[in-house]
Formats: sequence, C-alpha cells, structure tokens
Amino acid sequence: MAKKQQDAALKYSRVSPTANVIFSLIFILLALLCFLPALLVCIVSFSSEASVLHKGYSFFPDAWSIDSYAYLARQADYVGRAFLNSIGITVVGTCFGLILCSTMGYALSRPNYRLRGFFTWFVFIPMLFSGGLVASYMINAQVLGLKNTYWVLILPICCSSFYIIIMRTFFQTTVPDAIIESAKIDGARQIRIFVQIVLPISLPAIATIGLFYTFAYWNDWMMAKYYLNSNAQNLFPLQYVLISLESNIDFLTRNQQFMGPGEASNIPSETIRMAMVMVGVIPIACSYPFFQKYFISGLTIGAVKG
Amino acid sequence: MNTTAIRARKKKGGASTGSSFDNLEIFLLHLPTTIWYLIFCYAPMFGVIIAFKNYVPAPGVSFIYNLFENCEWSGLQNFKFLFSSSYFQTMMRNTIVYNLIFIVLAIIIPVSLAIMISQLYSKKLAKVCQTMMFLPHFLSWVVVGYFVYAFLATDAGLFNNVAKALGIGNPKHQWYQDVGFWTWFLVFLNVWKGMGYNMVVYMASISGIDAELYEAALIDGASKWQQTVYITLPLLRPIISIMFIMAVGNIFRSDFGLFYQATRNSGALVTITQTIDVYIYKALLENPNINLSSAASLLQSVFGCITIVVANKVVKKIDPNAGLF
Repeated sequence: MAKKQQDAALKYSRVSPTANVIFSLIFILLALLCFLPALLVCIVSFSSEASVLHKGYSFFPDAWSIDSYAYLARQADYVGRAFLNSIGITVVGTCFGLILCSTMGYALSRPNYRLRGFFTWFVFIPMLFSGGLVASYMINAQVLGLKNTYWVLILPICCSSFYIIIMRTFFQTTVPDAIIESAKIDGARQIRIFVQIVLPISLPAIATIGLFYTFAYWNDWMMAKYYLNSNAQNLFPLQYVLISLESNIDFLTRNQQFMGPGEASNIPSETIRMAMVMVGVIPIACSYPFFQKYFISGLTIGAVKG
Repeated sequence: MNTTAIRARKKKGGASTGSSFDNLEIFLLHLPTTIWYLIFCYAPMFGVIIAFKNYVPAPGVSFIYNLFENCEWSGLQNFKFLFSSSYFQTMMRNTIVYNLIFIVLAIIIPVSLAIMISQLYSKKLAKVCQTMMFLPHFLSWVVVGYFVYAFLATDAGLFNNVAKALGIGNPKHQWYQDVGFWTWFLVFLNVWKGMGYNMVVYMASISGIDAELYEAALIDGASKWQQTVYITLPLLRPIISIMFIMAVGNIFRSDFGLFYQATRNSGALVTITQTIDVYIYKALLENPNINLSSAASLLQSVFGCITIVVANKVVKKIDPNAGLF
C-alpha cells in the first residue's frame, strides 16, 4: 500500500518516461551543438596541412600532424610573448580588481559608515549612465595618455559596480556585525579588521569574483583593439594576436624566409590559425568545469538588488 | 562593571553612527576605488561635451585645453548631422530590432531549458550537458569568430565541404556575403553563446524553490505541467524581471563582438551588422569622424539611461517586489 502510494507520488513528481527521453535527446543535441565546433577546430589544428588543402576543414582528416604546434613553439618570441602578456594582464588585473571591489563592497556593507548612502549612489549611478565610448576613449587616450601601454589593457575595466554590489551583499549577509564590533572593542583598526577578519571569512566570494575577473581579462580583446597600434606588437595579448592573425601569418611567413631556403613553403598556414585558437581556448576549456560551481554560487550570492 | 563600561562606550561612539575615526579609516580603505570611479566613470561623463563641440584634433596641445579653447561650440549641429546621415536609420533599426529578438529569446529558451533539465531522470546527464552548454559563455567572440569561420569559410569550410560531398547546393557559396543567412545566423549565435549561462541562472533559482510546495501540489493531485505553470513560473518571476530590466536597459547597446568580430567585418553584411556600437567604433577609429561618433555615443548613453529607469518603473508597477532598484 505504502509502496503503491510512493510510486503514485513518484509518477506525479516526475515527467513521463517519454518526456524524459525527448528531453534527454534535446539536451544531448544542444550539448553537441555547443561542443562540436570546439572539437572541429581542435581536430583541424592537429590535421596535416596537406589534408586541409585537399579536404578542407573536416572532422576526419586524411592525416594527423603536430606541425602547426611545433611551428608555434619555434615562434616563441612572438607567440610565447603574447601568451605571457595575457597571463600577466590577467593576474595583475584580477588582483587590482579584487582590491578595488572588495574594499568598496566592505565600506558599503557597514551600517555604521556615515558616507554609506552617498557612496552607494556614487557606485550605482555609473550603472545607469556612462559617458559612452568616445568620451572614455578621449579620457584614456588623450588625457591620461594610456595608449599603447599595458595599463590601458588593465585599468579601464578593472572595477565594476556590479561586482561591488555582489560583494556588498555577501559581506552584509555572511559577516556578522558582532565580530566586527568585538574586534573594534579589542582595539583593531578598520584596515586590520578588513584584512585579517573580513577577507578570510569571505574567501568564497573573493574566489568567485576573482574567477569572473580572470575569465574577463583572459578573453578581453576590445581594449587591445581600441588602444593598441599595430606597431606595439610586444604588448599584444593572445586574443588580439588572434584578431590580427591574417596579417601576422604573412609576417611569420616573411620572417621564415630568412631562416632557410625551402622552409617557407612548409609553413602550415591553414592549421596554424586553428592551433593559435586552441592556445587561447585550452586554458579556459580545461579549467572552467572545475570552477563552474563557483560561477553558479556567484550568480546566487548576490541576489543582486540595489 | 567591565561590561557596563563596554556597553557605555558602544552607546557613545560605536554602535549607532561609528566614530569619526572609524569613518575616516573606512574612507581611506575605499579611497583607491573612489579615485578609479572619478577617473574612469565620472570624468567621461563630463567628456560628453565633445558631442556639443566641433572637435578638431590638435597634436601637441593638451586635449582639455584644445577642447575648451580651440574648439567652438556647435550646439546640436552634430546630432543634426547624425540624424540626417544615411546610416542612422539602419543602425537604430538593427540595434533595437535585434535586441528585441534577443531579449525575448534569452528569456523563453533558457527558462524552458532550465525547467526541462531539472526534470531529467539522470542527474549525471544533466550535469554533463549543462557543463558542455556552458562552454560558449567562456569563449571570447574572437574565438567564436574562428569557430564560425571553420564552418563558413569559402574554400575549406565545413558547410561547403559537405555541400561538395553530397552534391547539393553551391560548394563555392560565399557565406560571408549572404545577408539572408546572416540575418538569422546572428540570432542563432547570440542564443548559442548565452544559452548555457542564462539557463544556469534560472536553474539556480529553481533549485532554491521550497520542495514542500511541490509536495503540497502533489497531494492536491496537480500534474507536472500544472506544477510548472502554477508554482515554478510564478516563483521565477522576480529573477526573470530582473534579467528583463537589465536586458531592456541595454537595448541601445549591441554586442560589438557579435556584430563586428564574428562577421569578420564583412562589407556585404553591413546592412544588418551596422549597429550603434559598430558605427561608433568605425567613426572613432576606422574613418574618424569624432563629431558624429561622440553624438551617437551620447545618444546611446542617454537613451539607455531612460530605458532602464522606465523599465524598472513599469516592472515595479506590475510587481512591487520585482524592481532592480
């Protein structure tokens, strides 16, 4: 009897088996749709150049080869430099961003802070109105003179009202006021309270926002496109190298001609392109499944409301 | 004795308003952020006066001096030129129509997917599919542009290869010149890239719904469909309206990466890819016309600000708890 009831309950609390099969098929298809393009590019990057020239981009190349990667490895001063640039920008940008957002988030989360109301608006207004691209460009390029520097790839995007509000909400809900009051009574200064008490409790939020920053900086190409000239090549991050790849492959080809006779014709220019894309994608594709849960928690921590 | 002293101290300074020393320390703590905001957010807000000037670049002179001393006020001249230019209608139409389509699809598709994926029997399958569908969100438009290229390239692309192998269609089809195809492919790309992320947003809300509600519905004999319509959807309304307000607030912004980078800036597609952001970029850096560019840029900001405030008001009127601010 009880078993029967449970079965009946299960029947109503679940969709029908037919619906389950249909839903499963839909999701398998969607998952493939999202994943197969990446796989195609990966396979092309490991195809032999002759296969690509003969068959075009294909999931089933005639022959496999790692020529393209070997070639990129030999261009270490260009490709390797871009890779290091991207890593450096990502690390520095993430640290700066976390410092800026967490301090402001902390200040806005303290109910006793006298300027709290003012600075809440101060942070909120830019979410509603911004000067727009042209005005920002003029300030960054003309007034601050940031054009063709590493700073322009880091500073203009290193703080965000959205992250500050997420941080503030997190501090409000998870850092009990009693802890801070008692630390104050013990004579701790605000800076010390923030660094030694608040930050350690808030590691989950810091990790989440840090991840948002890491992916944002690694994937950023707009700043480079706006603010870097083509002759500032040693500043190029990886994503921007990808953009200027068409002309760069010519550049590499020309360079190669000085290296030795006959070698120029061996450049796997078709597969290099895709190999470069893989260099940009692999760090992300390998790491995001592990960080996914932080992302999801980040979406829920905030329950963002001004 | 001791505790009373503490209580007294607390009453005097700490608890209610914070001592002025405390306030100063907190202020110093967030001073760097404040400076950042002044430089990178508030200074550009005053920079919008470029839109009302006849700006002429003067190399060797400081920008601010040049703007205020050399360049004359032009009133609304820049806007007049912008409105009368042939691009204006196209870029407004593209930006708004595409955004309307994106807003509707970015709610309907992820909400239905989130409800469906929470119903799958196999939680493992759900997890794997969700992870794979999340991938595009983590890729930049540059990378997505190359993915698209692998399919659409004229000589080597997969589409033309398949056409050649099967003997259907034109194996030399110039996909990057095909306006009819791209009109809908842009919509597809946008949905494809955002689907996984948006689905996860709604999934998080669904998993937060109290299971007792469903149990109560079960006892009343509600079917799965009824449970979805009368429990899940109403409880998703606050998060849906927040996502809606944010999307509507961005209705005058377009995804530069999608319209410029993924289409490889193809000249043939300009009638559908010319959005406000693409125009501003081109008029700022490709063939500079700072006057028109800054006018378009200011218009975008002002319209965006108005729409987000209005959208918030409207949503709040319908449901007082649902507003963003």
